[in-house]
Amino acid sequence: MIGIEHYVVVSSLLFVLGVLGIFLNRKNVIVILMAIELILLAVNINLVAFSAALGDLTGQVFAMFVLTVAAGEAAVGLAILVTYFRDRGTIAVDDINRMKG
Amino acid sequence: MDWQHSLLLVAPEELLSLGGLLLLLAAGWGGDKIARAASIAACIALAAAMALVAPALAEGASGPATSAFFGQFRADAFASFTKLLIYGSAIAALAVAPQFFDRYKVMRAEYPVLILFAALGTGIMVSASDFMTLYIGLEMNSLASYVLAAFLRRDERSAEAGLKYFVLGALASGILLFGVSLTYGFTGSTGFAGVNIALAAGGPMATGAVFGVVFVLAGIAFKIAAVPFHMWTPDVYEGSPTPVTLFFATAPKVGAMAMLMRVALEAFGAQPGVWQQIVIFAALASIVIGALGAIGQTNIKRLLAYSSINNVGFILIGLAVATQQGASAMLTYLAIYVAMTIASFVAVLMLTDANGEPVEQLVDIAGLSRTRPWLAAALAAVMFSLAGIPPLFGFWGKFVVFQAAVAAGFIPLAAIGIAASVIGAFYYLKVVKVMYFDEPADKVTGASDLPHKLLLLVTSLFISPLGYLATIWLGALSDSAAAALFHAA
Repeated sequence: MIGIEHYVVVSSLLFVLGVLGIFLNRKNVIVILMAIELILLAVNINLVAFSAALGDLTGQVFAMFVLTVAAGEAAVGLAILVTYFRDRGTIAVDDINRMKG
Repeated sequence: MDWQHSLLLVAPEELLSLGGLLLLLAAGWGGDKIARAASIAACIALAAAMALVAPALAEGASGPATSAFFGQFRADAFASFTKLLIYGSAIAALAVAPQFFDRYKVMRAEYPVLILFAALGTGIMVSASDFMTLYIGLEMNSLASYVLAAFLRRDERSAEAGLKYFVLGALASGILLFGVSLTYGFTGSTGFAGVNIALAAGGPMATGAVFGVVFVLAGIAFKIAAVPFHMWTPDVYEGSPTPVTLFFATAPKVGAMAMLMRVALEAFGAQPGVWQQIVIFAALASIVIGALGAIGQTNIKRLLAYSSINNVGFILIGLAVATQQGASAMLTYLAIYVAMTIASFVAVLMLTDANGEPVEQLVDIAGLSRTRPWLAAALAAVMFSLAGIPPLFGFWGKFVVFQAAVAAGFIPLAAIGIAASVIGAFYYLKVVKVMYFDEPADKVTGASDLPHKLLLLVTSLFISPLGYLATIWLGALSDSAAAALFHAA
C-alpha cells in the first residue's frame, strides 16, 4: 500500500536534488533552470498528494497555479539567459563573475 | 461576501491591471516614442490607486468586511498603509527613469509597464490572506523584477544582475512553495485563518508543519534580503540600472516585509515560539553582517545594498517581539526607511560626470561639499539618518523598534542591536568624511532634471528634523494598520 509518506519522501528527495543542482552545478545555467523545474515539480507532487489524502481540492487548484507560473518563470529565465549570452558569448556558471559576489 | 463587494475591495488592483494592460497595448502600438507619455500615464494610474487605497487606512478598516473572494484577499488598513508606500516608491522609480535611460538611448515604453505590474504584484502580496494569492502576487512582482534588473541589455553588469536575481529569486520561490505545500499538508488549509486555527488547536506542532514554517520563512527571507539569504543583494543592486535599484530597495522590500508580518502574525501567529528564534537570529545576523560587509565597499550602490541589509535587521527586531506595538514600530520604520532609501538613490542618480555618465565610486565623490554643496548636504543627511543619529528622522524608526523590544522584555536583543548600530555608523560617517574633508575629485559636474531635485527635496525634508512634526500622525496610522493585522480573524 502506497501511503502519503511515500509521496512526501519522493517529493522531499526531488526538492533536495533540485537545491543541490543549483548550488553544486558548475557547468551551465540551463542545468540551473532544470533544477528549478525539479523543485517546482516536487512542490506539485506534495500538493496533489496532500490534496488526495485530505480529500480537499485546494491543493490541486494550487498545483494548477504553480504549473502555469512555472511556465512563465521558465520563459522569463530563458529570455534573460539569451540576452546574457548575446553579451558574453558564454553561459558557464563560473564565468558569471563580472561583479564580485 | 458577494462578488460585488469583493470586486469593490480590489478596485485599486483592477485599476492597475487594466492600466497596465492598456499601456502594454499602447507600448506595442506606439513603440519607444510614447515612453514618456506612458511613464506619465503610469504615474497617474499609481496616484489614482493611492487615492483608492487611502480611505481604508483613514478609517482603520479591519475585520471580516475587508475580506474579499472567500478569504483570498484582504483590503484592510494594514494593506493600505503598505500599498501607499509601495505605489509611492513606484512613482519615484518612474520619475527618475527618463534622464537615466535617455543617456543610453533605452528609454523604452516597457519600463513603465513593468514597474506598474511589479507594483501591482507587490500590492497583491501585502493583501494576500491565503498562500495561493500570496504566491500569485509574489510571482507577478518577481517576474517583472527579473526583467527590470536586466533592462540595460547591452550592459554586462545589468544582464548579469538579471540572471543572478532570476536564479536566486526562483530558488526562493521554490523554497517558499515547498514550505507552503508542507503547511497545507499538515494543517489542511492554505488560508491564513485556517492555518491559524489548525495550529492553535493541537498542542505542539507536528514536525512536518515546523518544516513548513521554516521553509516559508526562508523563502521570504530571500525576498527581504535578510541574512543568511542576502548574498544576491549587493550584486543585483550594483548591476541593475539605478532607477530599478531604487525600486528594488523600496517597493518589493516593503511588500515582502509586510507579507512576512502577515504570514508570521496571522497564519503562524498561534505558535510564535516556533518562528521567533529564527527571526531573532536573522535580525541580529542582518544587522551585524550588513554593517561589517559595508565597511570595505568602494561602490556607493553596493554600500547602500549592505545598508539595506542592515536596516532589514532593525525592522525584523519589531517582528521578533511578536506584539502589536512591534508591528506598529515596523510600519513606522518602513515608512521612514522608504523615504531614506528614495533620497539616497536619487542622490546617487544625481552624481553624474560632465558627459552624464553615472559616478558610482566612493573616491570620485571626494570633496563634493565644495563643488555641489546642496547635494553633499542632502547625501550627508541621508547617511546620518541611515545611521540613526539624532536629530535626523532615521533615529525615530530605530527608537520605536527598540522601544517595542524593551516593552516586550527583549532587553538583550535591543542591547545587541544598539551596539551593532554603532558599527554601522562607521561606514556611513566614512561617506560624509570623503565628501567633506577629502581633496576634491571634481568628477561630479553633470546637471539633473527637475524630478530628481524635487524628489530629493521632499524626501530630505521628511528625514530632516522637520520629520518629527509627523511622528504623531505617522504613529497613529501605524497603530491603526497594526491593529488591523491583529484583529483580522
